[in-house]
Amino acid sequence: MNCEQATRLMSEAQERPLNLKEKTELKFHTVMCSGCRRFGEQMTVLRQLTKASRPNDNSDQ
Amino acid sequence: MDLAASELQTLRDKMLSFARLQLSDDALAEDVVQEALAGALKNADAFARAASLQTWVFAILKNKIADALRNRYRQPELESFDDECKECGSGDDQFNNKGHWQSHSSPQRWDAPERQIHDQHFWRVFDTCLEGLPAEQARVFMMREFIELSSDEICESLALSTSNLHVLLYRARLKLRQCLEGNWFNGGTSA
Repeated sequence: MNCEQATRLMSEAQERPLNLKEKTELKFHTVMCSGCRRFGEQMTVLRQLTKASRPNDNSDQ
Repeated sequence: MDLAASELQTLRDKMLSFARLQLSDDALAEDVVQEALAGALKNADAFARAASLQTWVFAILKNKIADALRNRYRQPELESFDDECKECGSGDDQFNNKGHWQSHSSPQRWDAPERQIHDQHFWRVFDTCLEGLPAEQARVFMMREFIELSSDEICESLALSTSNLHVLLYRARLKLRQCLEGNWFNGGTSA
């Protein structure tokens, strides 16, 4: 698994549960790869931030 | 409620542009905004306790848009998104040809992301990043993450296959993450 495949799976994990094979391969990859590990954490952050956002909040500033 | 007419007009315009983006139907967008505003005014007591008028009416608007999108299932005349999925095949320049991060795009540590929600400069960067996405990516991303529809609901409402939805969301997240990091979390005042 390379970084592109790993990040793609981490994005999909926001929509569907990953299967055991996917989870295992992803785990192997992220243990070795700090960039993808951060990407995974930031997916959660991105979701929380977007939930808290107010669209077009800057048009009159 | 103490609110100048001009403020209300500005707020209404913001709501309308958001609803139009989500629904791509001007008449329906007018309707949901009108309903959301009416709902907000009717419950003015609850608003008095809310942080700001805009937060309050957008919370209501979000529910109205979600309802409107769910109602669409019965009206399958919508144009398909799949045909115009220009982004679907394209590789991303954040990765090299072996699929590993390019050295300049490997994700960096984000400091205290939870604190940013109180910073209005952050939200300006956030909006700019969102507006920088291709329209169909921004739209499905907001349907998923802001309006909080399920993948199935989005696929049905836009006549989109699950795999294309996943690709669109993936591309949106990749770009948005990179944009936020470059322009905010990584010290960025440079772009």
